[in-house]
Amino acid sequence: MSIHWPEAPNLVSEADFDTVDMTINVGPQHPATHGVFRMVLTVDGEVVVDCEPYIGYLHRGLEKLSEHNDYRQAMGFWDRTDYLAGITCEVAYCMAVEKLSGIAVPERAEYIRVIMAELGRINSHLMFLGAFGTDVGSMGTTFSYAFREREKVYDLFEEVAGDRLFPTYIRVGGVSMDLPDNFEQRCRWVLSGVQQGLEDLDGLLTGNEVFVERCRGLAPMTTERAIALGITGPILRATGMPWDLRRAEPYGVYPRLDFDIPIGRSGDIFDRFWVRMAEVHQSIRIIEQCLKDIPKGGLVLNPDLPKTLRIDEGECYFRYEGTKGEYGVFAQSKGGNKPYRMKLRSPSFCNLSALREMVVGTYVADAVVILGSLDIVLGEVDK
Amino acid sequence: MSSLPFADPIFGIPSWLDIIVRVIVAALVLTVIVIYATYGERKLLGRFQQRLGPMKTGPWGLWQGVADAVKLVGKEDIRPNNADRWVFEFAPYLTFIPIFVTLVTLPVAQEWGIRNLSLGLFFVFAVMGLNIVGIVMAGLGSGNKYALLGGVRAAAQMISYEIPLVISLLSVTMVAGTLDLNLIAAMQSLSPDEGQHAPFIALQPLAFLIFFTAMLSELHRAPFDIPVAESEVVGGYFVEYSGIRWSMFQLAEYASLFAWAIFGSVVFLGGWAVPGPDTFNLGSWWGPDWAWHAAFTIVKALLWFVVIVWIRATVPRLRIDQLMNFCWKVLLPLSLVQFLMTGFAVVYEWPEWVMAITSAAGAAVLIAIIIRRALRKPKNTLVGSYRRAQVPVQ
Repeated sequence: MSIHWPEAPNLVSEADFDTVDMTINVGPQHPATHGVFRMVLTVDGEVVVDCEPYIGYLHRGLEKLSEHNDYRQAMGFWDRTDYLAGITCEVAYCMAVEKLSGIAVPERAEYIRVIMAELGRINSHLMFLGAFGTDVGSMGTTFSYAFREREKVYDLFEEVAGDRLFPTYIRVGGVSMDLPDNFEQRCRWVLSGVQQGLEDLDGLLTGNEVFVERCRGLAPMTTERAIALGITGPILRATGMPWDLRRAEPYGVYPRLDFDIPIGRSGDIFDRFWVRMAEVHQSIRIIEQCLKDIPKGGLVLNPDLPKTLRIDEGECYFRYEGTKGEYGVFAQSKGGNKPYRMKLRSPSFCNLSALREMVVGTYVADAVVILGSLDIVLGEVDK
Repeated sequence: MSSLPFADPIFGIPSWLDIIVRVIVAALVLTVIVIYATYGERKLLGRFQQRLGPMKTGPWGLWQGVADAVKLVGKEDIRPNNADRWVFEFAPYLTFIPIFVTLVTLPVAQEWGIRNLSLGLFFVFAVMGLNIVGIVMAGLGSGNKYALLGGVRAAAQMISYEIPLVISLLSVTMVAGTLDLNLIAAMQSLSPDEGQHAPFIALQPLAFLIFFTAMLSELHRAPFDIPVAESEVVGGYFVEYSGIRWSMFQLAEYASLFAWAIFGSVVFLGGWAVPGPDTFNLGSWWGPDWAWHAAFTIVKALLWFVVIVWIRATVPRLRIDQLMNFCWKVLLPLSLVQFLMTGFAVVYEWPEWVMAITSAAGAAVLIAIIIRRALRKPKNTLVGSYRRAQVPVQ
């Protein structure tokens, strides 16, 4: 009599399984995408193998709209590109048109522009600091701390220009109206608030071991690679290169102002965060100098402006240090009151092109943090 | 030591009816607690974030939790087309039933509870660990990739962290010599009597820290809220649930928060035990003993709750590999060290202060490991200066 043992089962090894990579769709409706951005992550478990960004959900045809409107009418659309600091886009647009047409700007208006633009930069960077904390996983506390101060800045905008998010305050040849009487006092109060908010955020994030652990050494970038990818702004400066158009190609009254260019060491996520935080301090410095140096009284809009702005044939490229990087405006005129071509070189778009390179090989959670560290504004990416 | 019996059946009703009454009362009380825990968390988070929290529903928004509960019950129960029907629909029950079952033996006061089990600590553990089944079922059954990722993350995380959690509790039970939660609570009364100890948080701070950390992970609380991370997996395993099923997950989350808080305060803080010698009888001053006991337990549990919410409001989220590293490379070895130290102390009958000091040293090591990165905070900003001539040629 023989015993029939059941056959021993083959040991299963991992090679016997057919593992397939999974694609995860992040966005356009996802809390981490900062707007209507979509990226399709191909993941192997938790590790990102591939990343495919999709943009264009917020395309409004900014450049074409500008071609179909008067120089001064089109300005309102440019607010809507970098909507976290709409005022800087206005300044860039108006300065490009002024460069094309040769219109002069009164000195007081130049100072007002710098003050407003730096307030806009503070606003944008505060938004980054708050939202980045949320990306890393802090439960909205950084967000509310940052927004506490942003509200004050927006209130100031409202007082000056009548609008908060899209002030439409800058004009070709100056600014639309003079500052309110108590502006200096109010502005200093806002700045002290911002200083306090920065201290709070610094205490919440910079010294937090979880935050440091998450950010240090993640997605480092060399200066050469950053330049090759066309990256500008705080991300380029985080790699260690002090490239700031306010210094490299000074415009407005920036040559007269004393400020530093914060740079990072390794270009990793932490450096990007740190550079932006330091830049807010520099913006505060700039505004304080402007408040001191601004000419008391005087015109804020060039009185010699024609009723209809007609610009002779010609073209120009003006680059402006936006909050996210080089905000380049190319303007071409073939005579008449409308530009023949307006082109925006948006910093967010170029910075976003580095996303895939940085994300591949990291974890899913890191992909969100890296996207957050690029600090993109979809209005600017999609134009 | 004789086991502390629970009181006789209430009102002299038959014991089987007594059990049913106690279970129903406990479940109802916990549901109310959960409703107000969500309210309390929102209020606290609001304060941490310079907001007011719920204010509109009733005075100071006190009815907010009730309104939310009513709204959730009234909402449509949606099941996605590609969900696995039975797995999807049963997952919420499997998540919250184990939490409620632990209530059987959690002692709120000396004579309160449903039944006193002599293996109470083991029972709480065994049953609490079961809710991972429901979570993984929800992740797999939803037919959603975020849910799948969340479910898998939850499984990996909970299974890993259960090990240091159990080992840290084993150290406590070695000193206590029992698994009966009532006895463990009773022996932490600070009295000089025979068999009495200082609260175990003082005796074994390392075990306490490990327990607390691992508990946060089991609860999916910040900084270990990886399975339910909003900015990554949009809620994780319960992303597809709505209405009553979603509220069951919520119920399970807050019920387990409170169950763990009571459990932890019993094991490490002395639970209902009144500090001082037995002759120090609070009940003779004012009110019955059980009221004092319950008040002690609830205050301690609320303390845990506040600390957990505080951490949630402050700390960002770890990444999954850092989470695993922290568990296997830091918490597990340290919990084994604690286990060994306690073993030596118990076997060779070392005095208790030796145990306390060695454990405190271990706790210091743990804290040093945690904050070592943050100590390298940049002190000042690097500043570059730039002139046009310095542009690097590309």
